[in-house]
Amino acid sequence: MLKRLGYPSLEQVKSCFPQQDVLLKPKAIIECYEAIPCNPCETSCPVHAITIGQDINHRPQLDVDRCTGCGMCIHSCPGLAICVVSLKQDQAIFKIPYEFLPLPHVSDVWHGVNRAGEVIAPVKILEVRSTPIQDHTHIVTVAIDQQYLYDFITIRSPHE
Amino acid sequence: MNQREVIIIGSGPAGLSAAGILLRAGAHVAMFERSPLIGGQLIKQTHKFFGSQKQYAKTRGYDIAKKLYRDIEAYQDHFELHLEATVVAIYPDRVISVYRQGVYQKYQAQAIIIATGASERLLSFPNNDLPGIYGAGAVQTLMNLYGVLPGKNAVMVGSGNIGLIVSYQMMQAGVNVKAVLEAAPNIGGYKVHASKLRRLGVPIMTQTTVKRAIGMTAIEAIETIRLDEKWQPIEDTETTIPIDTLCISVGLTPMHQLLSMAGAEMRYISELGGCVPHMSSAHETSIRNIFACGDVTGIEEASSAIVEGQFIGLIVSERLGYALEGYHLLKHECTTELGILRCGPFGEKIRLGQQKLKGGSSCSND
Repeated sequence: MLKRLGYPSLEQVKSCFPQQDVLLKPKAIIECYEAIPCNPCETSCPVHAITIGQDINHRPQLDVDRCTGCGMCIHSCPGLAICVVSLKQDQAIFKIPYEFLPLPHVSDVWHGVNRAGEVIAPVKILEVRSTPIQDHTHIVTVAIDQQYLYDFITIRSPHE
Repeated sequence: MNQREVIIIGSGPAGLSAAGILLRAGAHVAMFERSPLIGGQLIKQTHKFFGSQKQYAKTRGYDIAKKLYRDIEAYQDHFELHLEATVVAIYPDRVISVYRQGVYQKYQAQAIIIATGASERLLSFPNNDLPGIYGAGAVQTLMNLYGVLPGKNAVMVGSGNIGLIVSYQMMQAGVNVKAVLEAAPNIGGYKVHASKLRRLGVPIMTQTTVKRAIGMTAIEAIETIRLDEKWQPIEDTETTIPIDTLCISVGLTPMHQLLSMAGAEMRYISELGGCVPHMSSAHETSIRNIFACGDVTGIEEASSAIVEGQFIGLIVSERLGYALEGYHLLKHECTTELGILRCGPFGEKIRLGQQKLKGGSSCSND
C-alpha cells in the first residue's frame, strides 16, 4: 500500500504509536517505514531517546520513556515524518511540521487532513512556532477529536 | 597556454568538496563553471537533505552550497573561479579549451577533476515538444531560482526522489499538482517524500504513463494510459487530464561528454545511468591525472557526491605532493561514509552498477 499509494496502512500507523496511556505526556511519533541513509533525528535528540546506530540505513528506534516530547526531531527530519502527540481529555494534541504559506493563526479553525489527503475533521490551532533553528519548517500545535488519533496527519487552510 | 596546478570542471557538490580539500592541502585550484552561479544543482534545492551530519543532513540544498563555498572562500589567493565558463574540449595531455564571453582560452593542468554531474532524461511521446513541457530541473530553476511559476495546473511524470520533491515544491509555490505518474508498479523514491505529497491530496498513479500531449500552441491536456506488468499499454484505459504544465522526471544520465572526448575508457552501465568512466579505486580514469567524481561517475544522491569529492581531493593532493594532516584517516573516513551511504536497499542499484563497472562491456563515444 505504502509502495503503491504513498501512504501507510492503519496497522503500519498504529505500529508507530505507544499505548494510549503513555500519551498522557507528549511523545514523538516516528513514521519512518523504510531503510534510508539518514540520521538527523538521532543526532538532534537532546535526551538520546532516538537510536539509529552506526549504519544510518537502520530505522530509528524510539525509547518512549526517555522521550520528553520536546519536538526537536520534528523539524530535524528531512522527510517530515515525525510529529509529537499527547492526549488531553477527549482531544489529541498534535505538534506537526508545516512548510506552506500562509501560516495559520492561533485559535483559527482549519481542516484536519488524513494521510490520503482527505479532510476528516476541524482542528483548532493552539500554537505556531517558527524559530531560526527550525529553518523554515514551522511547527503547528493543533487539537483534534481523539477519535482521529490514528488518522490525522496535517492541516489545510479552509480558505483554499 | 595557461598553466594551472589543478583544474576542477563543475562547481556542484562534488567539485566544491574536492576544491575544499585541495585548497586546505595547499594546492592551487582553478574551477570552471558554465552557469553564472556556483553550486551546481544545490542552489535550487529548497528541501532539507538526507544523510548524516557529515554530509550536511537536515540542511537545505542552497545552504549546503553556501557552506561548501565558505570552506574554500578562505583560500582566495590559491583559488581561481571562472563562472559562465564552459569547457568545450579536453585533450589527453590535460589541456582544456574554455569558452567564455565570446573568447576561447586554453589551459593545461597537472591534474584535472571532472565533476560535470548529470543531465535529465526525457521521454518520447507525441507532441512532447509543446511549450509547457519541462524537465523537473527547469521547473526548479524557474521557481526556486527566479521566482517564476511554471504554470497553474501540472502533472509530474516519474516518482523518483526528484519527481516527488519537485512536485512538493510546486505545491509549495502554489502550482496545483494534479497527479504524479509512475510507469513502474511501485513508487520509485523515498516513501517519506511520497507521503508528504499524498497528505496534500496529490494522487500517485503507478503503472501509468503519458500517452500523448494535447494542444495547438501550448500544452492543454495530457492523455494517460495504464501499463500492465510487462510495461505494455492496456487498451481503453486512457484518461485525459487538463493541464498547462507537464514536468518530466524520468531519471538522470551522467554528463560523460568531456571524459569521452578525452579518450578515457568508458562503460555503459544502466544501473549507473549511462556511460561512465572506468576508474581505478582512486577514481583515476584510464588517463593518468584525469579524475572524475560525483554524478558523472554514476547517478547518486548529493550526499555521495560530497564524500566522493572529498575523497578525490585527498587523492589528488597526495599525487601532487601535498601532505595533508590526517590524510590516511580522512581517506578512510570517506571510504567508510560512502560504504554506509550505499549499503541500504536504496544503494542496491549503485552497488550492482559498480560491480559491473569492474567488468562490463565498453561503450562507443557519442
